[in-house]
Amino acid sequence: MTRTFLTRNPSTLWFLLLLALFTLGVTLLAEGFGIGLIPTAFVKVLGKTLCLCLVALAMDLIWGYTGILSLGHMAFFALGGYMTGMWLMYARTEEIVVQALAGSPIPPTLEEVAQGVATQIFGVVGGSDLPMVWSFAYSAFLQLPLVLIVPGVLALIFGWLAFRARVNGVYLSILTQAMTLALALYLFQNDSGLRGNNGLSGLQNLPGLAEMPQSTLSILFFLASALLLAAGYLLLAWVSSGKFGSALRAIRDDEQRLRFLGYPVEGYKLFVFTLTAMVAAVAGAFYYPQAGIINPAELAPIASIYLAVWVAIGGRGRLYGAVIGAAVVSLLSSWFTGGMAPAIPLGFYTINWVDWWTVLLGLAFVLVTLFAPRGIGGLFDRLPSPRRHGAQLGPDDGALREKEADA
Amino acid sequence: MFRFLLPLAMAVCLALPALAQTLPEVVEASRAQIEKPSRQTIGPVIDAIAATGDPSAAAMLQAWADRKLGVRKADGAMFLLEKTPEGWALTGLDGHAAGTAPTSDITDLKPNAGVRELIGAALVQFTLTDPDPVQRMRALDAIARSPAKSQLAPLRASIEEEADPVLKARKERLANFLTLQFGDDSATRVAAIESLAGDTALDVRAALNPLLATSRKVAVALPQGVNIAATLTPGKDIPREAAYDLLVTAGLAPARLTLADQKTALAAHVENGAVGGVPLAELASQPRRDAAYEALEKSGQVPAAATDAEVAAALAAHVYYDQYAEPDPAVTDAARRTLASIETRVGLMTAADLGLDALSLASIYFLAAIGLAITFGVMRVINMAHGEFIMMGAYTGYVVQQMIPNYTVSILVALPLAFAVTFAAGVAMERLVIRHLYKRPLETLLATFGISIALQQIAKNIFGTQARPLTAPAWLDGALSFNDIISISYIRVAIFLLALLFLGFFLWLMKRTRLGLEVRAVTQNPAMAASMGIDPDRINMLTFGIGSGIAGIAGVAIGLFAKVTSELGSDYIVQSFMTVVVGGVGNIWGALAGAAMIGGFQKVIEWLNPSNTLAAQTYMILFIILFIQFRPRGIIALKGRAAGD
Repeated sequence: MTRTFLTRNPSTLWFLLLLALFTLGVTLLAEGFGIGLIPTAFVKVLGKTLCLCLVALAMDLIWGYTGILSLGHMAFFALGGYMTGMWLMYARTEEIVVQALAGSPIPPTLEEVAQGVATQIFGVVGGSDLPMVWSFAYSAFLQLPLVLIVPGVLALIFGWLAFRARVNGVYLSILTQAMTLALALYLFQNDSGLRGNNGLSGLQNLPGLAEMPQSTLSILFFLASALLLAAGYLLLAWVSSGKFGSALRAIRDDEQRLRFLGYPVEGYKLFVFTLTAMVAAVAGAFYYPQAGIINPAELAPIASIYLAVWVAIGGRGRLYGAVIGAAVVSLLSSWFTGGMAPAIPLGFYTINWVDWWTVLLGLAFVLVTLFAPRGIGGLFDRLPSPRRHGAQLGPDDGALREKEADA
Repeated sequence: MFRFLLPLAMAVCLALPALAQTLPEVVEASRAQIEKPSRQTIGPVIDAIAATGDPSAAAMLQAWADRKLGVRKADGAMFLLEKTPEGWALTGLDGHAAGTAPTSDITDLKPNAGVRELIGAALVQFTLTDPDPVQRMRALDAIARSPAKSQLAPLRASIEEEADPVLKARKERLANFLTLQFGDDSATRVAAIESLAGDTALDVRAALNPLLATSRKVAVALPQGVNIAATLTPGKDIPREAAYDLLVTAGLAPARLTLADQKTALAAHVENGAVGGVPLAELASQPRRDAAYEALEKSGQVPAAATDAEVAAALAAHVYYDQYAEPDPAVTDAARRTLASIETRVGLMTAADLGLDALSLASIYFLAAIGLAITFGVMRVINMAHGEFIMMGAYTGYVVQQMIPNYTVSILVALPLAFAVTFAAGVAMERLVIRHLYKRPLETLLATFGISIALQQIAKNIFGTQARPLTAPAWLDGALSFNDIISISYIRVAIFLLALLFLGFFLWLMKRTRLGLEVRAVTQNPAMAASMGIDPDRINMLTFGIGSGIAGIAGVAIGLFAKVTSELGSDYIVQSFMTVVVGGVGNIWGALAGAAMIGGFQKVIEWLNPSNTLAAQTYMILFIILFIQFRPRGIIALKGRAAGD
């Protein structure tokens, strides 16, 4: 093989290199192991941003490559967060309960501990029994696989129903949005067994690591997120390259023609939908322990729309574009909404960025959609490139390749 | 008795006032009894006072019942008392103020509860025949609030005299209610109950339900001579734990040992690191704890607790039953039959009411979706900012109300103004954004999302996050109620009419006007339409503007019953799209069918699970996802060339 996977996809190599440098830099500058130039809170923000980059990658594969505008991937992201959150919260509460019960002369039974945990967790919503959905929460080995299984199965069922009925285009977008809304409304209820609108909290404490300071913990999470992003990038780059990737792009460009050529279009779509849902769930599973809290508002349809915004601004149809978009927009967003951006006095009115950032984002989004469909990632096309064997033009010019388009 | 006495007394009063006893005379004659009343003997005195026909008799009786009647120690004169800081303010029986007196100068009369009840009954009779109909109505209200046996006779007596037909009907109805509860014999009560069959009014059920009140009892054997509603089998009709709790409450069995109590008892008997011979470390499991407790029991250190076998034996040895508070089985049977017949009718009416609710919800969805039916259904342009146009319409209404205080005028101004504002916004959006994206539907969706986010935040910046009221004019207050069950508020009727109006408008616009013809032509084949001299740009712009304008009007209507917030639109956007998708794109009847289905379905789920409207929405969306499996193109699908692909 003269042309390996990496040589055919030079951007992957560059990306991994830059990510490694960035990770190394942050680790050396942060408090945990380095010189402490970067505060812990910002390390957490960076770690969370890496997770958002991962979910943006998933969104790029399903939207930028396959052409399915899913407005439900943040729901899978949050679902993954809920699954780890259940274990973290249970384990943490169990530690507290065992500590509290240790004071009594009679050692507690397992049932008493479980009851104590249930009362602790569900006292807020007026319950004292552990609902069925928490059956596996006591064990990391049983609960953590659910991070993949629950969103995966949900995506499989939903995707099967939707693709089988040939729902596509904007209809599919609306349907995925409806699914997200349904899931959010379901989780908002107290009797869904996930503490209603209180959500799960205290997730930043890992069980058994109570003594470890948050500065160390945050850098560990940051490293794990970076590793995860690298692995996710490799996986998705591999999926989107080669023949499989060509088939995906063909679905985006002309689904009908591909179907007539005998490809099982629904199978491809279902695979990509489920795979990206699981990638999103893993990203969520690492995001929420760093955020510390999760509640159903995270599933609101608007979150998935923002995901689409990141990918669009970064540049669809190229994986690094999604990463750039997610990183730039989410960091800018926290800079603007965090009140750090200087307000602009206009004399008659002061533009306060906390209030106007969303407006700016919305308008920027419209402008990007109208005038720069390739997003920020499109800038890389302007770099002189030694070999461009008919690189695809991106999502707008359809199946035409560069040579054909120029002709 | 009253029936004959009262007219007689009044006749005498009118004819020969000199011969009739006046209030002071009666009081003077029975002073001793009034000052020291007894339940057995005071009746005639009260009747005599009531029979004087003196207007101040009522005031005196009222004061007497309220313990505000007193006698001046010095001369024995009787006064109505009113507490003041210095003592009592005195009012003579004839109603004239008589100064004040220190508390020590006055003996206030304190009739006991029995006497007060008699006075109360007399008072009711007094007000029941009061010449002022308002007073009579008040007396009836008082009886309806707290019915008592003693009110029955005066109420019946007053029916014949009643001149006002409305009041008379009310009195008869109330007498009926009192009869079924306090009637003398079983037959009259049953007759009174059965006369109510099929009457769905709330007060009928309120009158019948107390007759069927039961209390749960336990005994060794079923007692004779009590009215038993049902015997209960533990484990089937009543949980075993609840049955045993009944036994414990009745003192028929010892309390069970709860796990917490067991733990406390064990903790109290720790000796040398063990309890009852079981080492502490082993006590982390329930069977070992039981063993330890039994050991303690054997040595007599803790009281014996009921074991499972004892519990089972105790449960088996007793009977459990619900007993009616009403002793007469004929009455309870009649009440049950009558209530069952009423419940059937109530069920039917509830269904009708649910139908009305569903209709009104459907018209709201239809109203929210009709603009979409134009932009999405006809032009195939997906406008995610449609919800924000609804919101803009609602805020327009709010702003107009701030300027025009008259609600009727302001609504009449707000409707066209909302149309104008959102029409302009729609046209601007079409010209600036959507026009460039006709070939890229997914990106239209995204760009309009961007606009939607921006508009929402701008609304938040201008109007703040708190909800703004949009008040309906007074003539839309209240509800159109057919009876106690079926009713619909006028706002919802108005929205229903507005939805009908828009349906008509849409049909007229599309089928009967030049613009509609051109819109249909441009939708089906823009190139052909253009070559026929139609300007597709202009048509698209106008169509989009009209669709957005209708959203604005829908916003005013929705704002009338929902609070106006910046999230108003996004609350409706998913449902609106669902309505259009479920109904079938490109067809107004489809939107109508979709709205009817979604509205009806949501109401039915809410009815099945009334405590949880969130669940209703969840299930509804799931249902829609499944529904699309069977009819992917909606209820009314376009066929042939009009279907596009």
